[in-house]
Amino acid sequence: MDKKLKKSKDLLRKGEGFFLTAEKGAEMKKKKKVMDSEAIRRALMRIAHEVVERNKGVKDLVLIGIRRGGEQIAIRLAGIIGEIERKPVPCGFMDITMYRDDLYHMSHQPEVHKTEINFPIEDKLVILVDDVLFTGRTIRAAMDSAIDYGRPRQIQLAVLIDRGHREFPIRADFVGRNIPTSRTDLVQVTLEAQEKKDKVELIETGGTKEQS
Amino acid sequence: MKLSVSSLLGLKDLSSEEVLFILEQAESFKEINYRPIKKVPTLRGKTVINLFFEPSTRTRTSFEIAGKRLSADMINFSSSQSSVTKGETLSDTARNLEAMKPDLLIVRAQASGVPELLSRMVATPIINAGDGFHEHPTQGLLDLFTVRERKKNIEGLKIAIVGDIRHSRVARSDIYGFSKLGAEVFVVGPATMIPPGIEELGCRAAYHLEPLIPEMDVIMMLRIQMERGSGKFFPSTREYSKFYGLSLKKLADAKKDVLIMHPGPVNRGVEISPEVADGPFSVILDQVENGVAVRMALLYLFCGGPDAATA
Repeated sequence: MDKKLKKSKDLLRKGEGFFLTAEKGAEMKKKKKVMDSEAIRRALMRIAHEVVERNKGVKDLVLIGIRRGGEQIAIRLAGIIGEIERKPVPCGFMDITMYRDDLYHMSHQPEVHKTEINFPIEDKLVILVDDVLFTGRTIRAAMDSAIDYGRPRQIQLAVLIDRGHREFPIRADFVGRNIPTSRTDLVQVTLEAQEKKDKVELIETGGTKEQS
Repeated sequence: MKLSVSSLLGLKDLSSEEVLFILEQAESFKEINYRPIKKVPTLRGKTVINLFFEPSTRTRTSFEIAGKRLSADMINFSSSQSSVTKGETLSDTARNLEAMKPDLLIVRAQASGVPELLSRMVATPIINAGDGFHEHPTQGLLDLFTVRERKKNIEGLKIAIVGDIRHSRVARSDIYGFSKLGAEVFVVGPATMIPPGIEELGCRAAYHLEPLIPEMDVIMMLRIQMERGSGKFFPSTREYSKFYGLSLKKLADAKKDVLIMHPGPVNRGVEISPEVADGPFSVILDQVENGVAVRMALLYLFCGGPDAATA
C-alpha cells in the first residue's frame, strides 16, 4: 500500500496524476504504426533514386534538412544518393524558427537552433528535406530562408510523409508515403542513428489542438 | 525555455540555466553575421528604441546592427539632442516614448538603477545597456560567450578582472555571470578601487596582479574611467600602469592559452600595452563581434510574443 501511495505521489509531482492520466487516455484514442524501419528504408531508397533520375545525376545537387525532423532524413538520403552516384552530395541543415509566420502568436519565443549550410547555394539545385508535410508553412519559411543564402537555380522538396491539409499552394516533388489524416491527428516520425528503431506513428487525438 | 524576467536589468536576476540558454541562442544567431545577405525577417514590425542618456558608440552601434539584421525598426535617442536638455524628467521622457508604442527599450544611463526605475514606470520590456556602477548585462553575456567559444566550458576556469572594480558595471555583470557558470573569479586592483564587500557577489579580491597571472585562464582588463573620477584613487597613471597595467613582460609566466579581454574603449599604454591588446592572446575584437550575436538573441527573446509585451 505504501509503495502504491508513493508511486502515485511521484506521478502527481511529475504532473501525471490520476485525473491527468485519465484525461490523456480519453484524448489519445489510438496510436497506429504506419511505417516500420523496413518500409522507411525502402521509401528513402526510392526517393533517392527518383532524385537522381529526375535531375539526371547529382551535378549541382545539395540537400538541406529542415531542423529538426528533416535532419536525419537528409543525412540518410545524402548517404544513399552518394552511394548510387559514387559522388558525395553536400548536406546542410536549416532552422526556420526565425522565418516562422506565427512568432507573435506564441506565448513565448521558440528556441532557435543552428543553421549549418557550409556551402554556397547560389545557382545550385537545392532539395529541401523534411519529415512530414502538413500545412506547408514550414516549407514556405524554408524557401524564404534558402533564398536569403543566395539564389538557387531550383528548389525541390522531398518528404517522408505527406499528411495533407495544405494551407499554402505547396506540393512535394518526392514523397515517401501519403497518409490520410484528420487535422487534429499527430504524425510522429522516429528516426535515430539505430535504424532498427525507425518508425512512423499516427496518433489520433480526437482533440481540438492541432499539431504545429 | 521561457525566461523568468520580462526585462533584462542585470545578470544577477538570471539563473545559470537562463544564462546558458541565452548563450546557446546567441550561437544560433551568430551565423547570420556571415551571410551574404545579413538580414532575417524575425522582428519585422517591431520597434526598438535605443534610449541612451550617456555617450556610447560600441554598445549603441552593436544594438542597432543586431536589431537591423533582425528587421526591427531601430530608433536612436540620445539625451544630448533631446528634450532632456530642456529639463524633461526621466519618467516623462520614458512615458512619452512609451506612448509611441515601442516593443522594447534599450536603456543606457549614467546613474545606477535607471533601467529598473523605468521598468516600474512603463510596461514595455527593457534591456539594460549599462547603468552607472550597477550592471552591464549584455557586455557580461558577450564576455561569457567569447570565453565559452574559446574554452568550451566555463566551469572551473580562473578569471581575473583587473582594474577599477569600484566604478565598473562590467565587472559586476562579469562577476555574476562567470560565477553562475562555475568559474572562479578574482577581482584585482589597488585597494582604493576594490569596494568592501565585493566578495558577496561571488568573487575573491586580490591586490597584486603579477603573482596571479600564471594561474589565470582569462584576464579581463578594465578601462580606467577618468570621466568617473578614477584618477582620484591612485597617485598617478604611470604608477597605476606599472602595478596594474598588462604588459608583455608580465604575461611571460601566463598560461599558453590565456585569453586577454577588454570591454573597450582601450586606453592604450595605461591598463594594457598595445602589444598585448593586439597580441595573439587578445580576443578583444572577438568580444565586439560576438556582441552583435548576443544582442540579436536578446532582442529576439525580449521582443517576444504577447506575454512579453504585457507582463
